[in-house]
Amino acid sequence: MPHRRVWTIALCFVANAARADGGTAVPNSGDTAWMLVASALVLFMTLPGLTLFYAGLVRSKNVLSVMMQCFAITALVSVLWLLYGYSLAFDNTGMQAHRLGLHSFIGSLAKAGFAGVARGALVQTIPESVYAMFQLTFAIITPALIVGAFAERLRFAALLAFVAGWFTFAYLPIAHMVWGGPGAWLGDLGVLDFAGGTVVHINSGVAGLVACLVVGPRRGYPQQPMPPHNLTYTVVGASLLWIGWFGFNAGSALAANTTAGMAMLVTHLATAAAALAWMSAEWALHKKPSVLGIASGAVAGLVAITPAAGTCGPLGALAIGALAGLACFLSTSRLKRRLGYDDSLDAFGVHGVGGMVGALLTGVFASPVLGGAGLADGVDSLLGQLGRQLVGVVVTFGYSAAVSYALLKLIGATLGLRVSAEEETDGLDLSLHDERGYSL
Amino acid sequence: MKMVMAIIKPFKLDDVREALAETGVQGITVTEVKGFGRQKGHTELYRGAEYVVDFLPKIKIEIAVTDAMVERVVEAITQSAKSGKIGDGKIFVYDLDQVIRIRTGETDADAL
Repeated sequence: MPHRRVWTIALCFVANAARADGGTAVPNSGDTAWMLVASALVLFMTLPGLTLFYAGLVRSKNVLSVMMQCFAITALVSVLWLLYGYSLAFDNTGMQAHRLGLHSFIGSLAKAGFAGVARGALVQTIPESVYAMFQLTFAIITPALIVGAFAERLRFAALLAFVAGWFTFAYLPIAHMVWGGPGAWLGDLGVLDFAGGTVVHINSGVAGLVACLVVGPRRGYPQQPMPPHNLTYTVVGASLLWIGWFGFNAGSALAANTTAGMAMLVTHLATAAAALAWMSAEWALHKKPSVLGIASGAVAGLVAITPAAGTCGPLGALAIGALAGLACFLSTSRLKRRLGYDDSLDAFGVHGVGGMVGALLTGVFASPVLGGAGLADGVDSLLGQLGRQLVGVVVTFGYSAAVSYALLKLIGATLGLRVSAEEETDGLDLSLHDERGYSL
Repeated sequence: MKMVMAIIKPFKLDDVREALAETGVQGITVTEVKGFGRQKGHTELYRGAEYVVDFLPKIKIEIAVTDAMVERVVEAITQSAKSGKIGDGKIFVYDLDQVIRIRTGETDADAL
């Protein structure tokens, strides 16, 4: 220990000396501390937040299969992130603001294998190691969200292949186009997406919609009842998501500053508004307020405020949350029934629809007139901002749908997507994992 | 001897047990059961997906009694299990051929 401390002090000395000479900076300890915590909070959203949220919604014979999928996605994406993911999403080699080129759409491989992500490397005021870890937790939860769409019927090998392909060809380019920095296509265009309305939610929600259409409905859907087997898990999961989301949204400020503070506040308010909106709509139309309804409403609000968290004010958050709660309630309880697709746990109904509502309203409530922090650089009217938001939605929707469709068709033709009818009836826990969730 | 079997609403179990104790009944057997009668089932709603649950949870009580006690026992159950609403349940009475207390080997009325 003494050794290490001396070494650290020496490093600081070197760094300070370097700064005095006008060279590299040292990390800001406040920002770094917050981003370490925020990274842990976002991982907490997947493990165990989303895992429990989804596990409670499936039938008891499939509880382990969704937990396994979330866990395996976490591990797989982490390794791919090291190999090439971080580099393709966030390396800015060859990029220049407002100049279109290959790297406006995808990063280079300069940082593959975390090349150059040295101990002393910084991004803004935090170590690059922390930055890469924080961004990794987003790359983990995004494909995990898709699990809800094809739960209870997908082969495990097909899941791994799909996630690896989708992460590579859908997540990384969209993340780069939006968050890649000066020179990134959608970012340069003026699309506002603070914490991932397009990159995370529309991207995964649309993939979920395409996946449930290509994979097909569960056997017996919709004639056979498939009620959630343990809503207490789901409520605990939704609660963990609510808390973890503070890391997601306030962490996206990449600093412990005023933007982070306001992001946390508006995230909380939108979530509360959406929970009440869903509950009230359900109470009015279905006679009773339900626990699943209020919990789903909270998640819808979290989704919708995500792109707006850095730019909207508290009243804007209230409006975004309430509208998202209503929209997602209608999409899951009406639209899905009418169109007849089996988005088992409503990945599209909540993340796709909530993501689109949030992405568009971000453009409205960024306006200083409506209490926002201001429109994107170079955008001079609310309509102009709304137009850019629409471009972000349409591009993400179309691109994610195309990549997802191609991947699923390819996997369907090679590995096969679905388990057999017998395996599906027996439940994936026993047929795919030789285990059962409950031995009561 | 008679076997009195009653299907009642679960929340009435404590009242019924007390009323039976007052009649001098020495023991009852209680089982959690499911079924339907005129009350039918109920519906559950998850994000707009409606599921009809056909079988409702009920309590089944079984009491073996002497012929002399049947009327009092049936009366006690009827009074204590009644809420006046649909789904209060039913009482069935049937003949009982033989009773044996396992510990002592006593039979019939002595074993009750």
